[in-house]
Amino acid sequence: MLNIKDLHVHYGGIHALTGVSIDIPQNKIVTLIGANGAGKSSTLKSIMGLAKASNGSIKFNGEELVGKPTTQIVTKGIVLVPEGRRIFPNMTVEENLFLGAYTRRDKDGINKDLKWVYELFPRLKERIWQKGGTLSGGEQQMLAVARGLMTKPKLMMMDEPSLGLAPLIVKDIFSIIKEIHKNGVTILLIEQNAKAALEVADYGYVLETGAIVLEGPGKDLLSNDDVKKAYLGEHK
Amino acid sequence: MSFQIFLQHLVNGISLGSLYALLAIGYTMVYGILRLINFAHGDIFMLATYIAFYSITSFLLPWWAAFLIAIILTSAFGIILERAAYRPLRSSPRISIMISAIGASFLIENLGILIFGGRPKAFPIAPIFSHVVVIGNVSISVVTMIIPIVAAIALIILNYIINKTKTGMAMRAVSKDYDAAKLMGININYIISFTFAAGSAMAAIGGILWGLRYPQLIPLMGIMPGLKCFIAAVIGGIGNIKGAVLGGFILGIGEIAIVASSPALSGYRDAFAFVLLIVILLVKPTGLLGQNSAEKV
Repeated sequence: MLNIKDLHVHYGGIHALTGVSIDIPQNKIVTLIGANGAGKSSTLKSIMGLAKASNGSIKFNGEELVGKPTTQIVTKGIVLVPEGRRIFPNMTVEENLFLGAYTRRDKDGINKDLKWVYELFPRLKERIWQKGGTLSGGEQQMLAVARGLMTKPKLMMMDEPSLGLAPLIVKDIFSIIKEIHKNGVTILLIEQNAKAALEVADYGYVLETGAIVLEGPGKDLLSNDDVKKAYLGEHK
Repeated sequence: MSFQIFLQHLVNGISLGSLYALLAIGYTMVYGILRLINFAHGDIFMLATYIAFYSITSFLLPWWAAFLIAIILTSAFGIILERAAYRPLRSSPRISIMISAIGASFLIENLGILIFGGRPKAFPIAPIFSHVVVIGNVSISVVTMIIPIVAAIALIILNYIINKTKTGMAMRAVSKDYDAAKLMGININYIISFTFAAGSAMAAIGGILWGLRYPQLIPLMGIMPGLKCFIAAVIGGIGNIKGAVLGGFILGIGEIAIVASSPALSGYRDAFAFVLLIVILLVKPTGLLGQNSAEKV
């Protein structure tokens, strides 16, 4: 579905991504793990058109995305649930969700999806009129994911959804990721919580200082010694 | 002071406050969305009055057509100003875009002197506006009376657009979180242009009403009102539209109150705005309705 070939990204003089190639097949959950500064967010940003690719290609169902504006990329069916949630604090839960559906014109479809999203996240349904800024961290993360779903994406990219959340909430988030995937959404997941990510992923890539150093099915990476040492904590 | 005179002053204060509110809205909207103080906003206000002036005197249009054209052309000019002077600097440090705004202001003012001539022109007032209405013991000119009414209508329409339409929702999103708004697929350029158009339209309405009330036009007429209305927006909380309206009325009513309380102080009426600014910055720098929001890094 999404094919990234030899992607290079520069921030001024910094070579953030040095030739990254990633394939995301339709209907799979793919995860990108790595330490801070490895280039995970840069990858997502360049897919969304928020960061300029200095070289390489990003093809979505055969269409080249590099150089296209973010508004177009969103309408093609790719959505990013950003790091830190970035929900709109001054707007109600429902307004946030409607903003997710901003590019859509099908009123009936939007209302149907709204109902589905409230079923997925009953906590949000209780808080329809609450302003986003008054929600707890976990609720904000749910809102951010729900808002992404309102775009009716084919590919949903999530940047560190477990960041700053209590372990129980993290469990909820990951079971929701599985639920969304069951509904036909392809998922690209970026996580520092490598264990949870690899447990839920079909395939994984390990990123280190701008390059892919390891890739393989999620289960294989979980049992890989190098991955264990670097990202899963030394076995006590 | 007799009650009748007090009422007279109150009406004048509300009238002036409405004018200031209309102009302050443009400052606050643009700041909310771009974090830019559009120093050229007062000059856009001036342009509207001149467009109306020439529409009536040179093109011999009826007043209502002239006013409509002034609003439309001024909004268009606001969009052009953003494209030419601010959009190219969007990724530059904030000070650059501020300097551009100051430069645009000087440019418009001096182009005005060049094209319109520096000598004051008399704003043509249609007979319907010169009537004086007497209610009880208070005599009010039609102009003074319609100013708050027109302002109220404009504010109601603006409020509807911002709170009940998709575009308005996008405007609120962009002003809160520019990058997240992009992720929603919102066309940022369009929203910014729309904001400038709306703010300029408000300024145009204010300018036309101002021309009717104070019919002497000079190319530099936008400087003092522009400055005062920027102050009004700051007093109310820059970025907050309700705050801009509040600030406008505080300034307008306060100014008239000073002149009314002692004719000796009337020379200091402009100073009132600046004194108020200093007080607010010392006591509540985020403005009366502003929030203490930390800037998201």
